[in-house]
Amino acid sequence: MSSETPGAGTTRSANHYVADVEETPIASIDAVDLDEKPSNLWIDAWRDLRHRPMFWISSILILFIVFVAIFPTVFTQVDPRACDLAFSNAGPAAGHPLGYTKQGCDIYSRIVHGASTSLSVGIIVILLTTIAGVVFGALAGFFGGFVDTVLSRAGDIFFSIPYILAAVVIMSVFSENRNILVIALAIGAFAWPSTARVLRSEVLRVKNADFVMAAQATGLSRMGILFKHVLPNSIAPVIVVTTLSLGAAITAEATLSFLGVGLPGQTMSWGNDISQAQRDLRTDPQVLIYPSIALTTTVLSFILLGESLRDALDPKARALR
Amino acid sequence: MSAANPANTSGHLLEIKDLEVGFRTSRGEVKALNGINFTMDAGETVAIVGESGSGKSTTAAAIINLLPGTGRISGGSVLFEGRDLAKATRSEMEEIRGKHIGYVPQDPMSNLNPVWSIGFQVEETIKANGLASGRKEVRAKAIEVLQQAGLADAEKRLRQFPHQFSGGMRQRVLIGIGLAAKPRLLIADEPTSALDVTVQRRILDHLASLTETDRTALLFITHDLGLAAERAEKLIVMYKGKIVEAGPSLEILQNPAHPYTQRLIAAAPSLASRRIQSAGVSLGGIEHDVASSAEGVDLIAAAETRVEQLGAAAGARPAIEVDNLTKVFKIRTGGLRSENFTAVDDVSFAIPKGTTMALVGESGSGKSTVAKLLLGLEQATSGTITIEGRRTEKLKGRELLALRRAMQPVFQDPYGSLDPLHNIGNTIAEPLRIHGVGDRASRRDRVTELLDQVSLPRVIAGRYPNELSGGQRQRVAIARALALKPDIVVLDEAVSALDVLVQAQILRLLADLQAELKLTYLFITHDLAVVRVIADNVAVMQRGKIVEAATTDEVFDNPREKYTRDLLDAIPGSGIKMGI
Repeated sequence: MSSETPGAGTTRSANHYVADVEETPIASIDAVDLDEKPSNLWIDAWRDLRHRPMFWISSILILFIVFVAIFPTVFTQVDPRACDLAFSNAGPAAGHPLGYTKQGCDIYSRIVHGASTSLSVGIIVILLTTIAGVVFGALAGFFGGFVDTVLSRAGDIFFSIPYILAAVVIMSVFSENRNILVIALAIGAFAWPSTARVLRSEVLRVKNADFVMAAQATGLSRMGILFKHVLPNSIAPVIVVTTLSLGAAITAEATLSFLGVGLPGQTMSWGNDISQAQRDLRTDPQVLIYPSIALTTTVLSFILLGESLRDALDPKARALR
Repeated sequence: MSAANPANTSGHLLEIKDLEVGFRTSRGEVKALNGINFTMDAGETVAIVGESGSGKSTTAAAIINLLPGTGRISGGSVLFEGRDLAKATRSEMEEIRGKHIGYVPQDPMSNLNPVWSIGFQVEETIKANGLASGRKEVRAKAIEVLQQAGLADAEKRLRQFPHQFSGGMRQRVLIGIGLAAKPRLLIADEPTSALDVTVQRRILDHLASLTETDRTALLFITHDLGLAAERAEKLIVMYKGKIVEAGPSLEILQNPAHPYTQRLIAAAPSLASRRIQSAGVSLGGIEHDVASSAEGVDLIAAAETRVEQLGAAAGARPAIEVDNLTKVFKIRTGGLRSENFTAVDDVSFAIPKGTTMALVGESGSGKSTVAKLLLGLEQATSGTITIEGRRTEKLKGRELLALRRAMQPVFQDPYGSLDPLHNIGNTIAEPLRIHGVGDRASRRDRVTELLDQVSLPRVIAGRYPNELSGGQRQRVAIARALALKPDIVVLDEAVSALDVLVQAQILRLLADLQAELKLTYLFITHDLAVVRVIADNVAVMQRGKIVEAATTDEVFDNPREKYTRDLLDAIPGSGIKMGI
């Protein structure tokens, strides 16, 4: 820049300063920068996730757990039901790395075979809560008025009952035929309002956007607007909530089984194993600790995945850190 | 303002030397300011003018050491009364802020805390700056501050909350807070850009009289060249973190020396005199061709001759006829009761084919409601709308779809009007898909054609909106509106959010498209300056009614209504004689 300072000197008469044109070249107005890579919410989120170790660790763990649940026999040849009371609460032995339960069953094998129970419950629950939550949340937010009042109040009623408590009651009623589907229904029936609420508030935000009005003015139908523009733009937080609640659903199953109102004793489940181990906690902690580790790792993986997704999908949350 | 300055003989009130500011990003430090030099003396008013991203607000923030985010002063000095503020400690800075340097922020809506009463917030400033002690004295001082800021019955107002204040009143409070401690320097960052022009004028008059009495130096940040020239004796033009031109306001306005300043002045609608000439100019060879537009857009030069195309349209049936249109909203006043609010009150107008009518009004005048009624996004309470000879109120299904095909909107917010998850190609093709026009290949061809028409590179079709600037997004919105070859385009504040150069470019594009495609525009805006360069006819709205309607020249040269005159007088820079 030139050494001349605008307004320099002690007098008030400001001189007319002009920067060297060579040094301040003017660019074309509003030129398109084509060097940048294509980006939108999902592409950006993926770029962000790629650099997060937490995302990779949790994803790999989840994939591993899913694999274990689908192909348990790859990991163990020992029959989890082949129990021998001679080995009751015995320590690790050759072929039985984690030792035996009170009933003399192989702990490692029971953990491997129990994975599918926990995962199935979790997945069925989130399928239920997502379907119910998305339908009710989207309709309430998009149509507003009377529809909103009815659906939101219905959600509030379910929301006001702690879902564990409700599940205990439901499971007690169904004491004769408890199975994975029943327990998932019992948990899911009272867990959907939180998904619905999240989606409703997002839909309320998106439906007033100018692009919705533009589509409306072009003649796109109400349902077309909902499915083409509103839902895709409001689904991201639902994905985060869903991932987080998958962990919570797995915990809920274990809690119910622990309380004795979950799955029947003969069903292989981490919750059942923990429940049966509590009596021997002081003398043989390993019986309790191993299924607990399996449960905690699974739940933690989903929570960490959910947190990574939340950070990647919501730049505001990232900025606050 | 006073010319001589007997105080400050030893030095300047504010002297900025080689100021550099950098922001830390993932790609290393990015320079926002590149060696800024200027001085200010007591009682002086200096305006910094520039587009968004020019570094004008960063300069203001650097002076009071309140740079946002990762910003830091990386070089140079800010000498305030001889002290270098760039090296001041946090507590020294807190002492200076408020007491010696006042600050009026941009957005009056978000800069007052909604949970505290106005009185509490003013008293907080007074206590923080030690202007008074003791409850009674603080209260008395707060009343005095608000009275000086021009608030009637300040005593009663102390107990009210920000939401009970209009935008103008809030800005008065913020100015009052900024001036409470009688600072030597007041920095006002776009203090009125969120306000209506008539309010803006009153606020700025008041600010000028206050600073004059106390000989407060005023550093004024604005994007509006006319406003800057009208309010400040010294002008600093910034571009890309550098000062490109500085000096006496009128001198710069009349004899701009730097090409950027020349370009800026040429594009400022408030300084231009006539409508953009559009007809008869072939689309290919004009400056809005983005790739080659190094020389910019010249509204004034383009406006020197006005092609008389209205004669041909005079006899034909109007494209839009609105008769006695009324829209009443029910406003819930709490509980089950509701009150009627007439947003649009017995409005009638007609727009001849191929012309532009501007609907002008301040916020709340009902102009956007008229647009929504016209587009069929709201149902009228009474009155009729006739588009191309067809009444619209009873149209349903297929006929409504046909109507929508003939009339398309472009909205204000370039960041909200494109679905962020649809790529540009799909966005532009959406109207074609909805109306089942053509197959995939022919739709793709049409998208290419439209991108050419709005001067965007074809490859952009695969990109997403968040990669584009505001002006580019608005081009995409225009392309989408043109996809179905409509006869009528409703432009609701379509250029209001854009920087002045980009705005001029888009206005130019609109004029060219109108000439080429024989479009009829309804141009809704709060900005009378823009009206002058784009519209053939003007209707001025106030509180739901049209108070004046005539041709643009008539309205600008011989306004009949006082309200119109007030609006015209309030256009910043309208009184400045240009050197052409």
